[in-house]
Amino acid sequence: MPYKSSVPLFWRLKKSKYNLIGTKCNTCDKVFFPKKSLCPNCRRRGNLDDFQFSGKGKIVSFTVIRVPPEGFEKYAPYAAAIIELDEGARLSGQIVGDFSKVETGKPVRAVFRKINEDGNEGLINYGLKWELSE
Amino acid sequence: MDIGIVGYGCYIPRLRISVDEIARVWGTDAESFKKGLIVEEKAVPEMDEDTITISVEAGRNALLRAGIDPKKIGAVYIGSESHPYAVKPSGTVVAEALGLGENIMVADFEFACKAGTAAMQCCYGLVKAREIEYGLAIGADTSQGRPGDALEYTAAAAAGAFVIGKDPLATLEGTHSYTTDTSDFWRREGEDYPSHGARFTGKPAYFKHVVSASKLLMEKLSLKPSDFNHIVFHMPNGKFPLTASKILGFKNEQIEQGFVVKRIGNPYSGSSPVGLCAILDAAKPGDRILMTSYGSGAGSDSFSFMVTDKILERRDRAKKTEDYIKNKKNIDYGVYVKLRRKLKI
Repeated sequence: MPYKSSVPLFWRLKKSKYNLIGTKCNTCDKVFFPKKSLCPNCRRRGNLDDFQFSGKGKIVSFTVIRVPPEGFEKYAPYAAAIIELDEGARLSGQIVGDFSKVETGKPVRAVFRKINEDGNEGLINYGLKWELSE
Repeated sequence: MDIGIVGYGCYIPRLRISVDEIARVWGTDAESFKKGLIVEEKAVPEMDEDTITISVEAGRNALLRAGIDPKKIGAVYIGSESHPYAVKPSGTVVAEALGLGENIMVADFEFACKAGTAAMQCCYGLVKAREIEYGLAIGADTSQGRPGDALEYTAAAAAGAFVIGKDPLATLEGTHSYTTDTSDFWRREGEDYPSHGARFTGKPAYFKHVVSASKLLMEKLSLKPSDFNHIVFHMPNGKFPLTASKILGFKNEQIEQGFVVKRIGNPYSGSSPVGLCAILDAAKPGDRILMTSYGSGAGSDSFSFMVTDKILERRDRAKKTEDYIKNKKNIDYGVYVKLRRKLKI
C-alpha cells in the first residue's frame, strides 16, 4: 500500500535529521547545514568533511503557525524559527513548548521528537525540534 | 575488573496531570486516592513524544555521563510496553539518533514494567562475557490507563538509561531474578488499554516477586537490609514499595531518595530505573544500593550496586532527575485527553 510520504526520501536524510551532522570546509573553516558537496566560498580549493554540531543555538527570527500544513494540525499553534547554531550555520525548525515564551535572541537546544506520522499505518518520522534553554 | 553502571541518565516529560484533576472529572474522592496511592501527580508526554524520543533523551544523558565514544557501545536494548511500532524495533531509531554506529546488537524487550532491568542484565552478561565493551540498557514507557480506571491516576511517562561496562560509577555486585506465571496485569494484541486483576496485583504478584527476588539476592551476596544505604523498588504507586520495604526490614530513610512516584507517577519500565537515577544523583562513594523491579506476568529483577568514586566526576555532566521533576507544567483533563489520543474523532 503506498503511503503519502516517501520512505526512502526520509531514510536518505536521517543522519542529518537525527544528529545535526553537516559539513565543515577545512580551507575556510565555514560550517554548513545541511551537508554541502562543494564549499560555496572556496569552490575547487575547498575541502569538506562531516561536522557534528553541538545542538545549541539561538533564535534569529520566528513566527507562530496558527494555520498549519497537513499533518501538523494537532501541534497548532506552534512557533517555527530560524535558528543560528553556536558553530555558525542557520537552519529552520519547530520550537516545542509554550510559544508565548519564544523571543528573538533566546538560546535553544535540540530535542529529539516525532516530526510527523503517516496516518495510523505508515511510518513515524523522527527528528530534531528546539526547546528554549533554561 | 569491576563491571557496572558507567553512565546513567533519565528523561521525564514536562507535562503533569494531578490526581485532583483526574478525580474532579470522574467524581471520585481525590483525597482518598492521594492517600491510598501516595501519588500527587503524574508525568504526561507531549504529543510529539513517545518511547523512542524519551529513550533518546535519557540515552544522551547516560552517554554524556559515561564520557565514552558512542561507537564503543556494542548493544542497545530498550525495555518498554509502549514501543511505538508493533513491528520495527525502537532500538534501531535510538541507536541511529545517538550515533552508536552500525556494528551493534539491537533488540526491543518486553516484560511489563521490568523490561528495562532485563535489558540491564543482558548488557551486564555480554560485557562480562567480553562480547561487547559497553552496552546501553534503557527502560522507557509512555503508559496508558483506561479512562476512569484506577490505573489512570498513576500511568505515567519517563525513561531511565544506563551505559553498562568497565570502570563503573556503580559496580554491579550481583543480580537475581524471580519469575512465575502470575496473571495480575496484561494487554492483548491490538487492545488500547491494559486489564488487571485489581487486588490480585498485590500479595501473590507484586509482593511475592519483589520480596522473593530481594531476599534471594541478599542471601546470595550474604548481605542484610542494614548493609544498604538506598533502596528502590518498582513503584506502581507509593504504597506498594513502602509496604515491601517494611516486609523486608528496611527503614523509611533508605527508600526516600529514589521515591519519585509521588511527583511523577508510575512510568512502568521507567519506574525503578528513574528511581535509581535519582539515587545516583545523590549517592556517595561507598554507598550500597538495592534495586528491585517488578513486571506483571510476573517477575522481579534485583540488583546490588556499590557506588565508586567515579560518581563524583561524572554526576554533573548531565541534567539530574530533580531538574526534570521541577521543570513542569500542569494540564487539565481536556488537554490530557487530546494529548493521549483518548478522543476518537
